[in-house]
Amino acid sequence: MLKFKNVDAYYGYIHALKDVSIEVPKGKIVTLLGANGAGKTSILKVISGLLEIKEGSYEFDGKDLKNYKPEDIVSMGIVQSPEGRQIFPDLTVHENLMVGAYTRKDKLNINKSLIKGYEYFPILREREKQIAGTLSGGEQQMLAIARALMAKPKLLLLDEPSLGLAPLIVKDIFNIIQEINKSGTTILLVEQNAHQALSIADYAYILETGKVVHSGHAIELRNDEKVKKAYLGSS
Amino acid sequence: MNIFFQNVIAGLETGSLYALAALGLVLIFRTTDVINFAQGEMAMFCSFIGFKLFTSLGLPYPVAFIVTIIFAVLFGFIIEKYVIRSVNKASVVSKMIVTLGLIMVISGLATALFGIDSHYLRKAITLDNLNIGGVVIQPNAIFIILVTIVIMSVLFYMIRKTLFGIAIRATAQNETTAKLMGIPVNRITSSSWIIATVLGAIAGLLIAPTTNVSTTMMGEIHLKSFIAAVVGGFGSFLGPVVGGFLIGILDNLVGYYITLKWKTVIVYGLLIVVLIFKPTGLFGKIHRKKV
Repeated sequence: MLKFKNVDAYYGYIHALKDVSIEVPKGKIVTLLGANGAGKTSILKVISGLLEIKEGSYEFDGKDLKNYKPEDIVSMGIVQSPEGRQIFPDLTVHENLMVGAYTRKDKLNINKSLIKGYEYFPILREREKQIAGTLSGGEQQMLAIARALMAKPKLLLLDEPSLGLAPLIVKDIFNIIQEINKSGTTILLVEQNAHQALSIADYAYILETGKVVHSGHAIELRNDEKVKKAYLGSS
Repeated sequence: MNIFFQNVIAGLETGSLYALAALGLVLIFRTTDVINFAQGEMAMFCSFIGFKLFTSLGLPYPVAFIVTIIFAVLFGFIIEKYVIRSVNKASVVSKMIVTLGLIMVISGLATALFGIDSHYLRKAITLDNLNIGGVVIQPNAIFIILVTIVIMSVLFYMIRKTLFGIAIRATAQNETTAKLMGIPVNRITSSSWIIATVLGAIAGLLIAPTTNVSTTMMGEIHLKSFIAAVVGGFGSFLGPVVGGFLIGILDNLVGYYITLKWKTVIVYGLLIVVLIFKPTGLFGKIHRKKV
């Protein structure tokens, strides 16, 4: 569904992505793992049209994505829930969700998506009229995911949904990510919490300083001694 | 007491125009972080267009008014697209300096095209004054206040309730994420420039009978609209409107009851006092925008 072929990208002089090739098959959960600054978020920025690539190519459903604007990418069905949630703090929960539906052409079905989003995260319905900046961290993360779902994505990009959240809430959110995937949405998940990510992913790429250094099925990586040592702690 | 009411109505009249101009400033600031210092000159240029349509082309006043607004739409669109967006990569401060430069370009252009003379333009409503229980009211003042209230209501409805308005506020709060959600940020920016230019043009046409149409006509309104925006709070859409009315009324009351000489100084003093006690303005919240 999504394919990167030998992609190179820079922030000014900083070489952020070096010869990156990854693939996200339809219907799967693929995760990108690695430390801070490994290039995970850069990959998402490239996909969403916020960072230009220098070399290589990347495509979605066979269509070359280079030179598309962020809003066109969303219209094609690729939506991101960005790192640090980035909800709109002065808008209400409901307004935040409506922003997510901005590109929808089928205005009549927006309400269906809203109901669906509230089914995944019932707490958001209770907080519908509340100013989003007053939500707790976990609720803001739920809002960020629900907002992305409002665009009815084919491919959902999740950047560090576990960041700064209590373990119990992380577990809830990962369960729902799995549910969203089962209902037909392909997911590309960026995580520092490798343990959690490998437990729900089908396939994983491990990045280091802008390069893919390891990849494989999630089950294999979970049992791989080297990976265990470097990314999963000593467990 | 009658004099008092007359002063309040006159204050609401000029205050309306400050409010319109201030709302234009705030709209552009909220969506782009840029303060358009050329707002006054752009309004002046539009007023000249209206004046020429009315006198040289002999169009009926309402038609000239509407055509001027259409011109303002194009004018705002062109300035944003070809001047402001072309320096997109520059810092916010540099962009503001660009708008300072626009002051010179536009006023130079106006002088070249329309000359330096000042011209009388008629009032929108030319009916006889009303006398309500001893309070003398100009129908034109009522018209200006009503027009402002209608425009404000439409704008506020749009900003509060429509998806487009939600998108404007989302862009104001976090531009990058607005892009990620598929909001065409360029189009939002363009729209806010267009709306602001139209607001300025309306203020210019309505103040013209008082100041005459000339290259310096917007000087006072422009400055007062800045004060209105700061007093009310640059971070809110309602604040500048309240600030505009407040300054208009105070201007008139101070001018009549205390001293005409010192009225501007006293109104500026108010700005300082408000900022001492409420640094973000009366309605302002701390403006935090992530880019």
